[in-house]
Amino acid sequence: MVAVEGATFDLRQGEIVGFLGPNGAGKTTTLKMLSGLLFPDSGVGQVLGHVPHKREPAFLKRIALVTGNRNALAWDLPALDSFLLLKALYDIPGADFIRRRDQYIELLELGELVTKPVRNLSLGERMKVELAGALLHAPEVLFLDEPTLGLDVTMQKRLRTFIRDYNREYGSTVLLTSHYMADVVALSERVIVIHRGRLHYDGGLAGLTNRFTTFKTITVIGEGLPGDMEVWGEVVERLPDRVTLRVAPDQVGRVAAGLLATATIEDLTIEDPPIEDVIERVFAEAGEDT
Amino acid sequence: MSLLRYYMAEARNGLLHEFQYRVTAFIGLIGFLIEPVVYLAVWRSVAIAQGGAVGDYGLSDLTGYYIAWGLVRAMNLALTPYSWEWRIRGGRLNEFLIRPVHPFHRDFAFFAGQKPIWIMMALPLAAIMWLTFRPDLTFSLAGLLGFSVAIWFAFTMRHMFLFLLGSVNFWTTRTSALFELNVALELMLSGRLVPMSLMPEWVQGVSNFLPFRWTFQFPIEAVIGRLDTGQILFGLGVQIAWILGLMLLIRLVWGKAIKRYTAVGG
Repeated sequence: MVAVEGATFDLRQGEIVGFLGPNGAGKTTTLKMLSGLLFPDSGVGQVLGHVPHKREPAFLKRIALVTGNRNALAWDLPALDSFLLLKALYDIPGADFIRRRDQYIELLELGELVTKPVRNLSLGERMKVELAGALLHAPEVLFLDEPTLGLDVTMQKRLRTFIRDYNREYGSTVLLTSHYMADVVALSERVIVIHRGRLHYDGGLAGLTNRFTTFKTITVIGEGLPGDMEVWGEVVERLPDRVTLRVAPDQVGRVAAGLLATATIEDLTIEDPPIEDVIERVFAEAGEDT
Repeated sequence: MSLLRYYMAEARNGLLHEFQYRVTAFIGLIGFLIEPVVYLAVWRSVAIAQGGAVGDYGLSDLTGYYIAWGLVRAMNLALTPYSWEWRIRGGRLNEFLIRPVHPFHRDFAFFAGQKPIWIMMALPLAAIMWLTFRPDLTFSLAGLLGFSVAIWFAFTMRHMFLFLLGSVNFWTTRTSALFELNVALELMLSGRLVPMSLMPEWVQGVSNFLPFRWTFQFPIEAVIGRLDTGQILFGLGVQIAWILGLMLLIRLVWGKAIKRYTAVGG
């Protein structure tokens, strides 16, 4: 079975790229190939000048792969013991090790979590210590596969902030897959969409919205709003002092100007549809293409 | 990366892991140390019934054999192919493949780190057996030195052999039957069940060309004084030859095996 075929893209140093696609699209397979876990039948991948599947130690020392169900730390030992192993494994100089370890413990609010056996931690706590461990050697390229899977909203937010801070401090390149669009919106300016192993979009997040959005939402608030709002667009919601309309993107300017000219408007907002809806549409179109 | 530093760190984790589960480890140890006690009881009874010896093994030799047996067994415990099956089928190999060191080293160092605990727990039982049966054995410096080296070579050989067997999981994840066959062969041809000199000659001949006896009987015989210096050196040479051969095989097999890994399950 072909999992990934003809997906061609480049990543620039220091950028965070969202890697999107429905279940089974080939995201994780691509990440595994780029991190050297899988041997491709054909095609060429290069990361940091290395061919990943050769799995040269010099390459593996410069990358990290973090998955939502990662269990890289010893299950029965406190994370601090595993950190010491990682120090030896990645030849991390003593001063760098201590600085990063303490920094991550502080930023991720790990506190006493690193002194408890990993098996005693909750999913969210485990993910935080796993992430800290994965970044101790300051990888230049970071592959994140569903890093916030199963975490509560607060924990997700903390992890996002941490990843962004890490990216800024170390200038690392991050390729991120997530089913939580909030992760992608918060972290990525560029997104790559694949479906059934083929690349369907590679560009800015805003561009994705523009390209795949068939409507925008205009909400007007005011007294004495006209009764014939249907002439401006599809009425989604109507309250005595508030109307929400769906309008084609190229009509937004005309409709907004018209509304402001014909009624007493207290407030008018123009919104893109939720990113989840956009992505759903992208996946649907990608599915039709294949 | 300094491999030595990594080995030290991994071995430390192996040791700490055993401390975490010291009760489980102790129960496990008791379980497999009962095995030589049973063998010893049986063979001593046979020897006494036959006038004090079975073949070329007297009572003291038999006692010494099964006391050393426990220490050698503790030393050559290694990762089983069953664990490989679990790792490969569950995608758990990912965490080892992503590291800048061959998975072979990880398991070797981890198990090596556990050895001091196992030996420390095996020693009291050896002492009890010694005090109970008081074997009349004389130890030579060559025998003790040979034993000290041979048990590490034995562990290395066994680890490599099981690593190779485990690699079969890359082609088929139903290797239980193969591993059970290996256990049966090891039981019969290593000196684990019975000293090889008590087996038929043709079995002894076959066992010379297989790895099993060099991981088990050879270190035992070296320490209980049944081998002279020349035989000890020859045995160590055979172990080294096996290690080199297995190293080449692992390189060959691993290169092909890893291309088959599908990294399932994350």
